[in-house]
Formats: sequence, structure tokens, C-alpha cells
Amino acid sequence: MNFKRVLSIIRKEFFQIKRDKRTIAIIIMMPIMELLLFGYAASTSVDHIPTVVYNNDIGIESRELLDSFVNSQYFDLDYYAESIKDVQKFIDNGDAKAGIIIPPEFSDDIKNGKMAQIQLIVDGSDPTTAQTILSSAGGVVQSMSVDIIQETRGMSMPQVLDLRSRVWYNPNMSSINFNIPGLIGVILQTVTLMLTSFSIVRERERGTMEQLIVTPITKMELMVGKIVPYVIIGFVDIVLALALSVFWFKVPIAGSITLLLLFSVIFLFGSLGVGLVISTVSKSQLQAMQLSMFMIMPNILLSGYMFPIEAMPDIINKISTVLPLTYFIKVLRGIILKGNGFSQLYQEFIILTAFGLGFLLLATIKFKKKIE
Amino acid sequence: MEYAIEIDNLTKKFGKFVAVNNVSFKIKKGDVFGFLGPNGSGKTTVIRMIMGLITPTSGTGKVLGYDVTTESEKIRSHIGYMSQKFSLYDDLTVDENLDFYAGVYKVPKNKINEKKKEILEMADLVGRENMITSNLSGGWKQRLALGCSIIHEPEILLLDEPTGGVDPIARRQFWDIIYELSKKGVTILVTTHYMDEAEHCNSIGFLYYGNILSLDTPNIMKGKIIDGDIVEIKVNDTLKSIELLKAKNGVGDASVYGSGIHAMTEHNTDLEELKGYLTENNIQVTNIKMVRPSLEDVFVFLVEKENKK
Repeated sequence: MNFKRVLSIIRKEFFQIKRDKRTIAIIIMMPIMELLLFGYAASTSVDHIPTVVYNNDIGIESRELLDSFVNSQYFDLDYYAESIKDVQKFIDNGDAKAGIIIPPEFSDDIKNGKMAQIQLIVDGSDPTTAQTILSSAGGVVQSMSVDIIQETRGMSMPQVLDLRSRVWYNPNMSSINFNIPGLIGVILQTVTLMLTSFSIVRERERGTMEQLIVTPITKMELMVGKIVPYVIIGFVDIVLALALSVFWFKVPIAGSITLLLLFSVIFLFGSLGVGLVISTVSKSQLQAMQLSMFMIMPNILLSGYMFPIEAMPDIINKISTVLPLTYFIKVLRGIILKGNGFSQLYQEFIILTAFGLGFLLLATIKFKKKIE
Repeated sequence: MEYAIEIDNLTKKFGKFVAVNNVSFKIKKGDVFGFLGPNGSGKTTVIRMIMGLITPTSGTGKVLGYDVTTESEKIRSHIGYMSQKFSLYDDLTVDENLDFYAGVYKVPKNKINEKKKEILEMADLVGRENMITSNLSGGWKQRLALGCSIIHEPEILLLDEPTGGVDPIARRQFWDIIYELSKKGVTILVTTHYMDEAEHCNSIGFLYYGNILSLDTPNIMKGKIIDGDIVEIKVNDTLKSIELLKAKNGVGDASVYGSGIHAMTEHNTDLEELKGYLTENNIQVTNIKMVRPSLEDVFVFLVEKENKK
């Protein structure tokens, strides 16, 4: 491999990128837009759920109960119903996601030491929200029960098992902290795949390829020359995305940034290699675009970014193991959230390196210095 | 080794379509070889086979002694190529294009500037180094493409319709450069369908639907191939006269040539008789004379002969 030739290609690519406003827009705007959009929209933390209340009780106890619902921050008692039908109406038209119904004898039952009942109605069409409603309502009721027992009987509940849980790595269980690292991987994959998938086929479409392949340049020199500029661009993108995460979304990075950047470069080679393969086998830029979209979808869905890999059926699970993004997201989360070092990630290091070399090789083999 | 390019029975089929059929020719070192033929006759396919861009279906070819099918990588550093379609980077400047090809061809660093200066002067591009290539007009683009293809001082230059779509002045400028290169010993293969350009070649080959019809120097071609005379006639009604001439015994073919007609006739034609024939049919003949056949006449003759087969 001749270094001078590779350098000529790299310089040429940069000159072309510099003059192509659309490409520059993709490089700079796409990571920022995606990070902001997905960072906010894909948040799974649910709170301040709009709730409708139908309170038949006139005692102080029911008011205390409702206060604890509000204080939990999970419920906003936005609507007060006059009847069961009313409750149904608010939930049917989507104004409220939860309904709390308190029977007339609620306060009396508590005073008399009887079991008091409350009904909770949950809009289960969105399981994530429903889950949050159920568990947080359970929590509210549980802690109130403990208070009531202490007040009425003047003693604490006998404790048999004492579960003391601590959440590591993301103690607030903030979904942004969890989503952003994965998102960085997805963005990096999308941008680089899109850019490189055009790089070869564009030359073929414009007719410049013919002039290029009659030169003594080797296939490997061409591929490396085509990849390196985008590794550099991808690197700029990851720095941009990390800066936005840390300074805008306040996601703390627990591990080494150097290690993170090292892994990013290795991942970029693989992701760009896929792009080059697409570009080499495509007949037109349109086809390359469609093929890369076809690649991006499974990467987003199956890499563990959206859904936990552990929950996937076996066969889908197998597919996720051949996606470089799966490993890169694991690395991103490992370093950013858990502060993993190299010793915990060496397997991913080997796999990602293999992906990188493999796809680069595949693109080189698939590329023919021919016209036919 | 006397020949720069030796092509022997080269054939290329695309499926059932025979693009190039048993083509053979040799080009002497330092010669300018003109490849003539209408569009779609297979000229580009032959050139692409010479460079190893297309694998021949059968036959062999040697460039500077290297085999075109197995040693194309070795061939590539010795040839310069200009394709039919402009194929430099439109979004780079003149200077960046030259730099790129200098780098890809590994032109030594100490020679690059000297070489670039030489090419810019040759191509009349001095002062336009920083212009974006897409803003150049046709002639300049063409000369820049030529410049990029000779930056590594190739021994052989393959030009595929280099002057298509440029004005006559730019064409002349272009050919002046080609002569200069030829004088320096560069072997040149150039395809064209301009007959006047073909006149300037040391030897020419007529390619017609994949077949080589004739292969010789322009002078020999004009003297020997046509069996008969060429009569140039100027009349008041060209189209009617052509029909009349075609119908006449002893006239092989007649076609528009410039402002008049070229009729291919048998040897020793009686011009007065011919003039009389036209006059009888109410045509005013203003001028009638025997002329030396031009390459165009030769080409038309060959194509007619081929079509009759």
C-alpha cells in the first residue's frame, strides 16, 4: 500500500466534502438534531400523570390520601368527576391516564379499623405509563397504610424481611442517562453509513470512477483513502455528541473519555466498512440510500438501543449479535454509565476490531477495477 | 519492440450482442493512430479492453509487451486515458485535479510543480488554477483532462473522442498538443468521427459495427480503396440530382458533400455525358469536376460495401 496515493485520495475527499453543503449539514446538524429530538422525545420517565378523581368520601382521611398522591409527583389531579360515568369520559377521551375512585365509607372504615378500599383505574393502552401508574400508586398506598397503622395502633408493623435496595450506576434511574449513550451509537452509525454509502457509487454515477480505475491505484489504497476522511468526520461527530450530552443533558461520564474515543474509532471502521460494501454493490445513489436505510432500521431496533436484548426471542437475539452497534452500545453504556475499563471490555474490543477489518476486506474484495 | 499496441483477433460479446468482432491492429511506437467509426461501432469497447477495464471474450492484446487480460495493472502506469465523457472532479479546482492525479500516479515531489506548470501552459490554463472545474468551458475542460492524463508522462495515450462538443478553435488547439506529444515519442490512439482529424493520423482504422473495415495510412486509403472516380457536382437542386444520379447506370452512389454532391462513378467517367444527363432532366449544373476522394468518401464507400454484403 502506497501512503502517497492514500493521502491523495484523502485530500481529494476533504476538498469535495468542503464544497458540498448538504454533506456538511449532515455531518454537523444530524447529530445535534437527533440527539435533541431523541433525547427529549424518547424519554421513558413518566411523571405528572393527568389523573381524574371521583371522591365520595367527606372525611379528612380521603383528602390526606389524595395529598400523598400529589406529593409523590407522579400524579396531577387535574379533573374532578361527579360520577363513575364522568370518570369514564375523562379516560375515554384521553384527558386522564388514571382515575382514582374513593367510596363514601372510606374515612369511616379507617376510623373503625376496617379495611378501607380505593379503586384505581389505569389506561393500559401504553404499557410503560400504565406500569408506572401501578407501581407508584402502590407505593403511595403502602406508605399511607404504614402511617395509619402507626397512628391507630401506636406501633410499627412487625418487620420479618427487610429489603434494602440500592440502585447502582444510574441511581436516579434517569432514562436520559440511559438513553443518551445508546443514542450516540445510533447517530454515529447513521451518519457514517449514509456518508460512505454514497462515496463509491457517486464516483461511478458521475463518471469519475472510470478515470480513477485506469490509474495504478490499488483497491486497498482506494478503500482506505475513502474510509479515513469519514473516520475523522465520525470522530468530530462523536466529540460533538459527547459534548452535547455532558453539557446540555448533564449526563455524567463515569469512565475514561480516551477509552471511549478509542472504541469509537474502531467502531467507525466497521460501520464505514458496511457503508463501503453498500456503495460498492449499489448501482445508483438511490439504491445505496435505500440499502443503508434497510441497514439502519435493524440496527436501531435490535442493537439494544430501544429494547433490551435479554427480552428478545432467541432468533432475534442471534441477529443482534452480528450487529456491530450492539457491541458498541454495550461499550458506550459500560464506559459512560458504569465506568468500565478496558479489562471489562476487551471482548467487545476484539469483536469490533474484527468487524472493522472484515467489512473493509469485504468491500475491497467486492470492488472491481472493471467497467462491466 | 517495434509496436506499442498489438491487438490480435479481439472479440467482445455482451450476451448475444457482438460489440467487437475479431478486431486486429498494430500501432507503431510514436505513431498517431486514428480510430474512426460511427457512434456505437465499438471504438470505446476496444479502448476499454486495451486498458483492462473490460475482459475480452476472446483474442489477445499486448500493450508494451504486457498482456491486456492478465497484466492490466502493469499497463496502467504506462498509459494515459481520456474518456469520452468528462471524468475529472467537477467540484475540485484545476490545481486540485492536477495535484490529485499527480499523487495517484506517484509523480515525484520535486517534479510536480514543474510538470504542473508545463501542463497549465500547454492547456492555456495559466491564471485559472483556482477555478472550480465545473465553471470551465468545454475546450478548457478537455485540455485539463488531457493534462491530467499525461501528468505521469505516459508512453501511450488513449483518447476516446477527445474533441466531441468543443468549438473548432479548441479542436485545433487540442490537435496541436497531440502533435507535440507525438513528436516527443508518445504513441497515441485517438477515436473520432471527424474526418478532418483523421487526415492528421499516421494510420487509421475504420470500425463499423464491431468490424474493422480497413486499416491503412490516410493517403493509401484515399488512393486505393475506392474502385472508381469521385465526381464533384454543383447544381441548383441538390436533392433531386442525387436521386437522378443514383438511378443512373455507372454511378455507384451519390451524396451531399459540402454545398454540392459527391458521386462515386466507374473509372474514366465522361463528365460531359453526366452533365448532359442532368441538364436533360432540367437541372442547372454550375460546376462538375473530378476530385481526389476524401476520407469521408472512403468511409461512405466502405459502409455501403459492408451494408450490401
